[in-house]
Amino acid sequence: MNIDSIQNGIVIDHIKAGYGMKLYQILGLDRLDCTVALLKNVSSVKYGRKDIIKIDREMEVNLDAVGFVDPNATIVLIRDGKIIEKKKIDLPETLTDIIKCKNPRCISQTEQEIKHVFRLTDRENHIYRCLYCETKASI
Amino acid sequence: MRSIIDILDLSTEEINELVHTAEDIIAHPADYAEICHGKKLATLFFEPSTRTRLSFEAAMYELGGNVIGFSEANSSSAAKGESVSDTVKTVSCYADIIAMRHPKEGAPRVASMAASIPVINAGDGGHNHPTQTLADLLTIYRHRHSFSNLKLGLCGDLKFGRTVHSLLNAMSRYEGLEVVLISPDELKLPSYVKKDVLQKNNIPYVQTENLEEALPGLDIIYMTRVQRERFFNEEDYLRLKDTYILTPDKLKGTRDDLMIMHPLPRVNEISVAIDDDPRACYFEQVLNGKYMRMALIMKLLKEAGTI
Repeated sequence: MNIDSIQNGIVIDHIKAGYGMKLYQILGLDRLDCTVALLKNVSSVKYGRKDIIKIDREMEVNLDAVGFVDPNATIVLIRDGKIIEKKKIDLPETLTDIIKCKNPRCISQTEQEIKHVFRLTDRENHIYRCLYCETKASI
Repeated sequence: MRSIIDILDLSTEEINELVHTAEDIIAHPADYAEICHGKKLATLFFEPSTRTRLSFEAAMYELGGNVIGFSEANSSSAAKGESVSDTVKTVSCYADIIAMRHPKEGAPRVASMAASIPVINAGDGGHNHPTQTLADLLTIYRHRHSFSNLKLGLCGDLKFGRTVHSLLNAMSRYEGLEVVLISPDELKLPSYVKKDVLQKNNIPYVQTENLEEALPGLDIIYMTRVQRERFFNEEDYLRLKDTYILTPDKLKGTRDDLMIMHPLPRVNEISVAIDDDPRACYFEQVLNGKYMRMALIMKLLKEAGTI
């Protein structure tokens, strides 16, 4: 299967297979009016299988969101058909307004205009907990 | 502005300091009778409570201070839809310190981020209840003169029981702790508490559903109530509520210096016949809670430069 290369935009590469759609949703890419390609289960020498997202527009990508979904993903910025920058991601210490707490008893479900904040509590196991109720975040 | 939302907001040194202050208050109450003269505690109770609210109020009065507040959400602007943040910003204009109980988990954290005065968590849903833990710790210390080398049995609702989670967090910082977790399968201690508190601190623990078999050898049996308000399903509550009832015959073969503890209110987890047993400590916990709240209010007001 061939997907056109992009002239000006962003490629999020090396996403763990199966996590591309999650990242697509968290980044809100469904709201863009430009061409966006989500490739699933692409063959990869390094990972066996991977997902890739291509966005046909230059834009700010929330690095914390990418780091949360897969800290091993890379972000490639493309201008005039050439790679101008590759960014490696790390696990962010906090996530702000990227995901919401799923605990129905959490104050963040009802408090007006509250920031939805999660803190990295276990780097080894990539565990984030809600700042308010300490419920574990799930992708 | 320093607030106490979680028992782990206090270091072990600070807990020891609070215990010693509480003991000094017990020995010399007159020395503390005017310390908070002219200062106001706001008790913001969005959920019903007998002990905790009265304990905070008694604590402030015995320090010479005054109390304002409400005892249910319906008598506050929360009933009109006011946010927690707006409520505490308003209350910060009237009071010097806040004690807050709220059914939503994390509400006191939100309050502490918005308030300009110290906030004490007086219980947030099934999450935390640090001042109950301070009451438990003073009770343990007054009986054992140490927090080390204790075999602690926790019985009942270990899933939603905030007092259990807070007590485990506090006790996990002392040496030689052994834990016995006694609960029905549906109310087991959450796996994250086991992992983050027990396993992380290499605390030996066993899980059982049998209270009688677990009792011999325990230094402390901490009974808890199955809380109706934590269940979404009434049928589950009715099925589980009478799982454990501590009666005098079950205490045969237990230690002479066993401490029988309960954060109260009890429904029927401990038979009334045990109340006269010298090993029953639950009403001591109530009294000790007031002294620890006095010590904590003083500490936070001193740190804030208010007294």
